Amino acid sequence: MELSGGHILVQCLKDEGVEFIFGYPGGSVLHIYDAIFHQDEVKHILVRHEQGATHSADAYARATGKPGVVLVTSGPGATNAVTGIATAYMDSIPMVIISGQVPSPVIGSDAFQEVDTVGITRPCVKHNFLVKDVNDLAETIKKAFYVATTGRPGPVLVDVPKDITDPNIKVPYKYPKKVSMRSYNPVVTGHKGQIKRAVEMLLTAQRPIIYSGGGVILGEGHKELTELTQLLGYPITNTLMGLGGYPATDKQFIGMLGMHGTYEANLAMHESDVILAVGARFDDRVTGKLTEFCPYAKIIHIDVDPASISKTVKVDVPIVGEVKPVLEQMIELVKDSKIKPSKAALESWWKLIQSWRDVNCLEYDRNSSIIKPQYVVEQLYQVTKGDAYITSDVGQHQMYAAQYYHFDKPRRWINSGGLGTMGFGLPAAIGVKLAFPDADVACITGEASIQMCIQELSTALQYNAPVKIINLNNRYMGMVRQWQEFSYQSRYSQSYMDTIPDFVKLAEAYGHVGIQVEKPEDVRGALEHAFSLKDRTVFLDFLTDRTENVYPMIEAGKGHHDMKLRVAPGTPVDRELS
Amino acid sequence: MRHIISILIENESGALSRVSGLFSARGYNIESLTVAPTEDPSLSRMTLVTSGSDEIIEQITKQLNKLIDVVKLIDLAESAHIERELMLVKIKTNHDTREEVKRMVDIFRGKIIDVTPHSFVVEMTGQPNKLDAFIHGFEEGCIIEVVRSGPTGISRGEKGLHL
Repeated sequence: MELSGGHILVQCLKDEGVEFIFGYPGGSVLHIYDAIFHQDEVKHILVRHEQGATHSADAYARATGKPGVVLVTSGPGATNAVTGIATAYMDSIPMVIISGQVPSPVIGSDAFQEVDTVGITRPCVKHNFLVKDVNDLAETIKKAFYVATTGRPGPVLVDVPKDITDPNIKVPYKYPKKVSMRSYNPVVTGHKGQIKRAVEMLLTAQRPIIYSGGGVILGEGHKELTELTQLLGYPITNTLMGLGGYPATDKQFIGMLGMHGTYEANLAMHESDVILAVGARFDDRVTGKLTEFCPYAKIIHIDVDPASISKTVKVDVPIVGEVKPVLEQMIELVKDSKIKPSKAALESWWKLIQSWRDVNCLEYDRNSSIIKPQYVVEQLYQVTKGDAYITSDVGQHQMYAAQYYHFDKPRRWINSGGLGTMGFGLPAAIGVKLAFPDADVACITGEASIQMCIQELSTALQYNAPVKIINLNNRYMGMVRQWQEFSYQSRYSQSYMDTIPDFVKLAEAYGHVGIQVEKPEDVRGALEHAFSLKDRTVFLDFLTDRTENVYPMIEAGKGHHDMKLRVAPGTPVDRELS
Repeated sequence: MRHIISILIENESGALSRVSGLFSARGYNIESLTVAPTEDPSLSRMTLVTSGSDEIIEQITKQLNKLIDVVKLIDLAESAHIERELMLVKIKTNHDTREEVKRMVDIFRGKIIDVTPHSFVVEMTGQPNKLDAFIHGFEEGCIIEVVRSGPTGISRGEKGLHL
């Protein structure tokens, strides 16, 4: 079969089983778009801004486990995609981005819409390619999918000059079934001896804790993690990226850890003597002050990426490998071991944890006459029976979502954890809804974040992706305002927006339903109504308490034992506990 | 501590910038970097001199290994190895100083490879500190130009860094 480059590209995507391409046309990719026009197997989702394309594709990948695919033109198309590529990179999301490039002969001449895409994206992709010969195109695409989805996943960009997709140049097409690269051999199974050492350390621990992250979700290790945790009877905490890796409603789950983690999770980390870190990377938002991080603990760390091990925190038992097979081996060893966890030690450890739980660190004022953002998330959890896909933007609302929506399943919580990209939530929700048209998908956002990619409301309508937007509108960039309150004596520099649009009218202008909710007693009804409108995108604009802060909080540069808590529900004074 | 990292990398366009970009992005320092194709034209050999604590060097080697284009690498400083650097030096000469400069070059086992009435170009290889010593052997103002390749190295014994 002889095909032109444009058709080869589209055929590659078909052969790879790609369902959706999220993209935006332009000069350098016109040949590719013409090839897309000739088929309907791979559906193209026309976004309104390339950043939206990357976030939609990224969220599609997070929700399904399959790589997301993006197609953008050269120059501004590529640069607009960079934020989304970096977002996917920071959270290790498999994604393949195809960018058009000016024709090979004019590369380097500052041609119209030329930018050094390979150069610009190099620090925020797992790998990138510039295709120099149409004969290499199919193999390069295969390599891109292979690299993106194996080892520690990540975005891979393929830059395709326009002459490569010339309809007049046809070459034989064959999509390789497999590719191997001598320079890329990701490790799968862990070192047996290390796993044995780890299990012994775990079984003889007095105050053990399991700390798991996004790697468990990406590596499909949630079942094994749950089995091992329940077999041991140990407490488990998840990172922001790891939520859903262990059922949040289970009694062994002690909440998220880190900057806005629970009191019990952070103190249990601090007091622990053995930590089993699974697919987590000791991010600064998790560790707090490094010199005060878990002073009594020996650390076991399972990660597919050797560079994540001992990067910020020195570990005692490193295990390089995919979480699923390593956890499987650990389960076997635990079952076969003669050593059993000490009942007495575990009992007194759980007793201590219970005393921290009793602080009830997530309690807030439920009698407020103003809508509390936490209340909205709690009601959303109830209305959707905890089974919705929740995307979020970045800020206070993201933390409320993480704290009050209890994720029992993996891939349900879709947020930009690493890069912290405002504008992620709405295009992400669209990507998820396209993947799971029958599921409830809600985007928890704020009035600042939502405006960063609001144009995608138009995409949601065109492709019939009815999502529910839960706008926690406090008329502030809440998280910025909170930091300014705590660290800058309430000098609210530029964290207030004076001219917030009428979101109800805005939603209606885009062809959707807009509802504003002002009173706590109307929250439940509005949510129920919104979710009953199955085929409509509903923008719920909740006017929430402007002064509300996210608690608990470990301020930057402090340790896990040094948390800021709310005193009692409704009391405006903060209590320092240590 | 000083480390010499020897890297086999795919001889592809952009491979060098992946390595140098990694160093600047992560704030590691590069003292010197040399690169050229090997006997297998699809591979380049890169010798990179860097310094840092053990933790930093561990991260550097891990991050380098993570680059898709990097095939293999070793830290030469971890075992017995030979290290050489090439230097070309242009030295001012005149009737009175020519003999003295020539003697210096002989002592350091260098070669004079270009001569004009007022200058020599000297070629010299050796350990970096030998090259330093040669330079310091001249009074200020005698040296017109110094060009150094940066060290390159190979391990001792029969084992080698190859595919």
